[in-house]
Parts: sequence; C-alpha cells; structure tokens
Amino acid sequence: MAVLVLAEHNNVALNPATLNAVAAALEVSESVDVLVAGSGCAAAAEAAAKIAGVGKVLVADAPHYANALPENAAPLIVKLASDYGHFMAAATTNGKNVMPRAAALMDVAQISDIIAVESETTFKRPIYAGNIIATVESQDEKKVITVRTTGFDPVASDGGSATIENIEGEVDAGLSEFVGEDLTKSDRPELAAASIIVSGGRGVGSSENFAIIEELADKLGAAVGASRAAVDAGYVPNDYQVGQTGKVVAPELYIAIGISGAIQHLAGMKDSKVIVAINKDEEAPIFGVADYGLVGDLFKEVPNMVAALDK
Amino acid sequence: MNILVAVKRAIDYNVKARPKSDGSGVDLANVKMSMNPFDEIAVEEAIRLQEAGTAEEIIAVSVGPKQCQETLRTAMAMGADRGIHVETDDEVQPLAVAKILQAIVAKEQPGLVILGKQAIDDDSNQTGQMLAALLGWPQGTFACDVDIEGEGIKVNREIDGGTQSVALTLPAVVTTDLRLNEPRYVKLPNIMKAKKKQLDKYSPQELDVDVTPRLKLIKVEEPPVRAGGVKVADVDELVDKLRNEAKVI
Repeated sequence: MAVLVLAEHNNVALNPATLNAVAAALEVSESVDVLVAGSGCAAAAEAAAKIAGVGKVLVADAPHYANALPENAAPLIVKLASDYGHFMAAATTNGKNVMPRAAALMDVAQISDIIAVESETTFKRPIYAGNIIATVESQDEKKVITVRTTGFDPVASDGGSATIENIEGEVDAGLSEFVGEDLTKSDRPELAAASIIVSGGRGVGSSENFAIIEELADKLGAAVGASRAAVDAGYVPNDYQVGQTGKVVAPELYIAIGISGAIQHLAGMKDSKVIVAINKDEEAPIFGVADYGLVGDLFKEVPNMVAALDK
Repeated sequence: MNILVAVKRAIDYNVKARPKSDGSGVDLANVKMSMNPFDEIAVEEAIRLQEAGTAEEIIAVSVGPKQCQETLRTAMAMGADRGIHVETDDEVQPLAVAKILQAIVAKEQPGLVILGKQAIDDDSNQTGQMLAALLGWPQGTFACDVDIEGEGIKVNREIDGGTQSVALTLPAVVTTDLRLNEPRYVKLPNIMKAKKKQLDKYSPQELDVDVTPRLKLIKVEEPPVRAGGVKVADVDELVDKLRNEAKVI
C-alpha cells in the first residue's frame, strides 16, 4: 500500500527534513504521496511536487491548518486513512506533536524515530538514549512512523513532477489557537542542516562566555549547539540543545567544547562524522568518542583555535 | 480544578543501559531506577499551580509493576495529594498507557493532565499526545511555560528554532519540557508524610483496557561502537589534522 508523508513547511517553503522522511517512505513503498496542510500554502505544495519520487501531493488549504496545530492536523490524516498503509513524518517537534495524536485516533501504535526500514512492518529505532537499537515489528494494520532524519539521506528536492490535488479538510476542531512564535534569529546555519556544529557545555560558564563559542562557529561557518547542562544553566535557549531530549545531529564535524559527554548528550551527536573535544578534564567521557581530543582550558584554546584558523 | 500527573518508573538517567546477552531485551537486573526526569518536572508544575491557588487536588498515577509505588511515594513526597497505581507486570506500550490514563480521567475528572514529554527508557514521546487524542482534548506538548487564564490555558512550547505559544481550551493535556521548572528536592519529613497518603490500586482489566503490545520486539543490539581517537598536543596540530587528515574544514 502507498505511504503518506506529512510535509513540514511554513506555507512558503518546505523544511528539508521532509526530504529525509520521503527517503524513508520510498524504502517502504514505491508509491509515496505527500500531504501539505496549511493556509495559503501553494508555494509549499509546489515545492513538494518537485521532490524526487513523490507521486501525488495532497493539499488541504484552510486558515485553521496554518500553524500545524495537532488538534486539526491529526484528524486530517485520519480522514485519509483508508488510502494508505503507512503515515510518516520527520521526527521534528512538529512531527512528534502531530503523529502520535493521529495514531491514537486510528487506534494504532506509533513507531518513533526510526533509523532503518527492515521491511514494510519491521523497523529499527534507538532507545535508552541511543545506547540500544531495537528492531520492532508492527502488529497493526496501519503504521504511523516518525523518521529520525540523520538515519536517511535526503532525496533530491527537485526532479520530481507529482500531481497536485486539492482536498477538502475537516472543520476547525476549535480546541486550540495559535498565539504566536518566537524564532531565534540567526545568520548561522540551522543545527539540523549544518555541516559543522560548535557546541558549548557547562564548562563555558555563562551566557556571556558563549561569545567564545560563537566566534569559533562564525569562523567555521558553523551552527551553534549546546549540551543540556548549558541549557539547564540558562546560558542558551533550549532550541540549541543537542542530545536525547533535544536535537539529534550528525554533521561532518562536531566540536564539543567544555562538554563532559553525559549519556544524554552523546545520544544526540555520536553519529557525527568527525568529533573534536576540547575539555580541561582529560578523564571526561567525551574523549571516548572524540576523533581528536585536546586537553586544555577552553578559554585559552578556543581563541587560539580561532587564531590558528587564520594561519 | 484537579490535576492528574502521570509518573513513570524508568532507568536512572545516569545509568547506561545494555542489551541482554541473547539480544532478547534490555538488561535491567540490579539497575538503579528513578522517576523519569520529565515526570518530576510534571509533578513540580502541578504543585506550583496548586501553590498559586489554581489547582485543588493533585493525583499522581503510575502504570507498571509493584515497584511503581516507590515512584508514586516520591511524587507524593514532592507534594502530590494521593496516588493511583495501575499494577501490571506486562509490558505496557504508550497507546495502552494512554488508554489506562483515559480510564483514570473518566473516574477522576481532572481539569488538566500533566505528563513528561518523553520517558528516557523507550524514548517514544507519544503518551501525552495519544491521551489528548483519546479524550478529544487539546494538547500543549513540550511546554516551557503554562498560564491558566480563565477558561483556558496558554502554553509556551519548545519547537525547532524557538518557541511557540498556543491558547487551549480546558480541560487539556500538557507535556513538559526541560525549562518549564526545576523540580524541588524531597525533604525527609515529607517522605514520612507521603507514606500515609492514600494510594489506590487498579489492574488494567478492572479499567477494561487491553494492554496487548502492538509493537513486537524482535531483538535489541548495541549500536556500532565508535573507535576512540587521538589526543592532539595543541590547536595547531588540531587544525592541521582537521584540514589535512579528516579534511572537514
């Protein structure tokens, strides 16, 4: 049976995580459709129609779909249930919010955060902060799945020529209202898409000191991340958080500065291609996963590194 | 308004889980267990709403084996007024937990249910959303701030790239994220007092919930181990290695 992928978008542009979700969907079935629910979302729908491998783009355009409120998005997915065997979305905060609600409405389990497709019914997913990989088989007729983006290489964002079909949505559930959002404004790349990430931990010591981390990041054209400890201590906002309970990333280069390497942080970055650790404690667990470790005082070494990059 | 708080007994966050040698499951023998950290934040938030005069009674509920009563006693030592233990030794997956909580909601009629956004054992991040779906209530997931305003609740949510604010009708389901609050430490006299608080018991059968797992565990394994790397002497060597050996900058 066909797979329906819930597109993540802001009505104008697609979030690239959708391309990873489509990649996973194409491993399940050759027949993959994309659902674009939004308001004034024609541009996003057109972008979805260009994704390589997509057959059909279903568009539900109505004011109450504007902000992907789960109370409205989940019933829309359920309305389409009879045509599909699998319902997939990237495991972003949006996918995690909407998909379990749709699963429960269909009385099926959700398979969260898959990293591999073994068959139409069997999937691999990390549990216990990624220290264990579980292979699970769904016993349900319908499968609701969120996809860990780092587990699947994205499909091409162009080259496809899917048909676009407008569909009738459901009425506004009237349970929730979007009030506003406060998005971090930054010229740096996004954590999820960056090829280099520079992260700071508790060792950075304060919000002001994070400027050191940012300076190195800017020198490398990198995104800035943080450990849970740094978020807990209030140095940076939560959306910087890399780890089991934050974002899971796998860049080409991950530089961990003043981060000890707690289980929950390693869960979010240990699939990075190259890991660098700078920490004054040579016993810190982060050195166990680092390709290159530098034992030293970050307040000295990081500015030195910025200078060394100029040489 | 009463608040129902769901608490899960999970592996302690400092413990690294390992598979059983035959790959049939996770080895939890003699492993330290604690209340799931996000559930502590849920209990704390309920107590703060009670202290602010918004909430009347706080009822903590836990689903699982006998030892979940320790988790419930911890919640009551923090400040929950009473506990409900839905006792089962079977594996209970998120959909089944949501159905059990739905049955408890029908009995207790809370105005708000607060849960952790995710348990650090199965990392599912589903139960709150599923409960909201089954009840037909709105959901404020990954909350970093909640405000009861008249007949509704305003929830500030952690999302990729920042925060989002939504206004929900009550009753509602809220799941907690890290920055919502910092849970209090439990004081010894409160641990003693918690032992005297009311704790009711049900079985899933009594609540008419079928907990048969929908996902069959085929096997568990350790992820590929990352080979340890090398220590470099200084930043010049580091930059040289990154440029010429790893070729990532």
